[in-house]
Amino acid sequence: MTVTPMQILEAWLAVGFTLMIYSFLYKDNPLFKLGEYMYVGLTAGWGVCSAWFNVVWPDLIEPLSRVFKSYLGATLDKPLSHNENLLLLIPLILGILMLTRFSPKLGWLSRYTFAFILGTASGIAIPLTVSANLFKQMEPTLKPLFGKDISAWMTVNTLLILIGVVSVLIYFFFSLEHKGIIKKVARIGIFYMMVSFGAAFGYTVMARESLAIGRMTKLVKWAGQDYYYASIILLVVIAGLIALLEMLSKKSKPADDSTG
Amino acid sequence: MIKRQIPLMIAFVMGILFIIQFFVPHQLSQDLLTGVNKWLMIIGGISLLLGINSLVHFHYVQIKRETPGWGFSLVMFLCFGLALVAGFLPSIVMWFVEPAKAGAEPVKWLSFIPLIPPFEPGSTLFWIFRNGISPFMATMFSMIGFFIASAAFRAFRARSLEATLLLIAAVIIMLGQTPIGQMLWQGIPDIMVWIFSVPNTAAKRAIWFGITMGTIAFSLRIIFGIERAYLGGTDQK
Repeated sequence: MTVTPMQILEAWLAVGFTLMIYSFLYKDNPLFKLGEYMYVGLTAGWGVCSAWFNVVWPDLIEPLSRVFKSYLGATLDKPLSHNENLLLLIPLILGILMLTRFSPKLGWLSRYTFAFILGTASGIAIPLTVSANLFKQMEPTLKPLFGKDISAWMTVNTLLILIGVVSVLIYFFFSLEHKGIIKKVARIGIFYMMVSFGAAFGYTVMARESLAIGRMTKLVKWAGQDYYYASIILLVVIAGLIALLEMLSKKSKPADDSTG
Repeated sequence: MIKRQIPLMIAFVMGILFIIQFFVPHQLSQDLLTGVNKWLMIIGGISLLLGINSLVHFHYVQIKRETPGWGFSLVMFLCFGLALVAGFLPSIVMWFVEPAKAGAEPVKWLSFIPLIPPFEPGSTLFWIFRNGISPFMATMFSMIGFFIASAAFRAFRARSLEATLLLIAAVIIMLGQTPIGQMLWQGIPDIMVWIFSVPNTAAKRAIWFGITMGTIAFSLRIIFGIERAYLGGTDQK
């Protein structure tokens, strides 16, 4: 396989960035900070571009400009769609009102935008969560225990799920004092939750580890001759730099102490 | 009135409108939902400027006051500017240079700029994402794995029945997803699937019921104007 100079450059950059971030495993150091700030800057710039090119421009500026052009009698390359109308001025105005937060005097105008967002989100959320999280989740919880296609194992599992759901709900039900039978049922709920948290933890660890394995695999690949030993050379350089910075900071500390 | 009552009215009207919208299976109702979702995205896109202002202001102050590590803020600005230029420059050039826009030969002195829309393979912004943001992101997330593992090593002690259950579930899930788990005992992946589909489902479902109740209660508080924190601080006149 032939590796192009551009691929080599990309590999060196990626190795540098990866090792800069991994250097935090030793301790917080200027190289990690450099990588961290670069990441923040690039991501913020990317975010602005993404908001502009994927939302603001195609969904607001472009349709609005076409609407105004049509009102001014200009010829359009294609007719206006039903989404292209003056109603688009509403999100524009609400967006601008949001920006009034910059001004201490006019900041209260942003309340209109907040009210619009929160009111709409609340209205959408109520029926949606009831439908998706309550009814749709209730249905498999209350499955029949016996039937033609239901095995004994499925019955046991359905019962276990039902016991789990009820006991966890009782654990979170604080209107009743947790003593006697309620305490015992709530304790079963704790057991269920512990198993669930353990499962969530194990799953998260494995997901992160798979990412780490992915990075390591790339580092090993880029350590080869094709990439001019990028991983090895940069590992030595970064380790050397950290050691040098460490020595310099140790040297400067006694001087600081003497002046203080 | 205009500072307090109108926002409460807007929240009420929009809330009730979208509760009703859910029960109206008409195309107009669907269009309303789609349209307002788009509006929310547009408002979100414009509001991003608030966050960017905060970021820029913070780092500008760092540089101005020359606080320790201000050089890093300068690097942040350089990278921020680089991504912005990479995203906007080709579009600006395409916009202003008509021949290039029409697909003809680009103006010679601008030929070093790839006239490819951002986010498309081959564009500079796409290159920055693939070779800058992506390695940073993957490394940051993968590093959390090291910290979770080290925290687990310290925290996972089978001191009680609850802690033991957590430990056993976590170990089974981890082993179940690796070849070594299967090598140790064929049944481990099956137990992993059972944990996910029975006790985990039961606990998650009950927790979701609770979250749903909380969401409904909080949404109703917003719609009926009981929750007014979004009106800001104590100045709610």
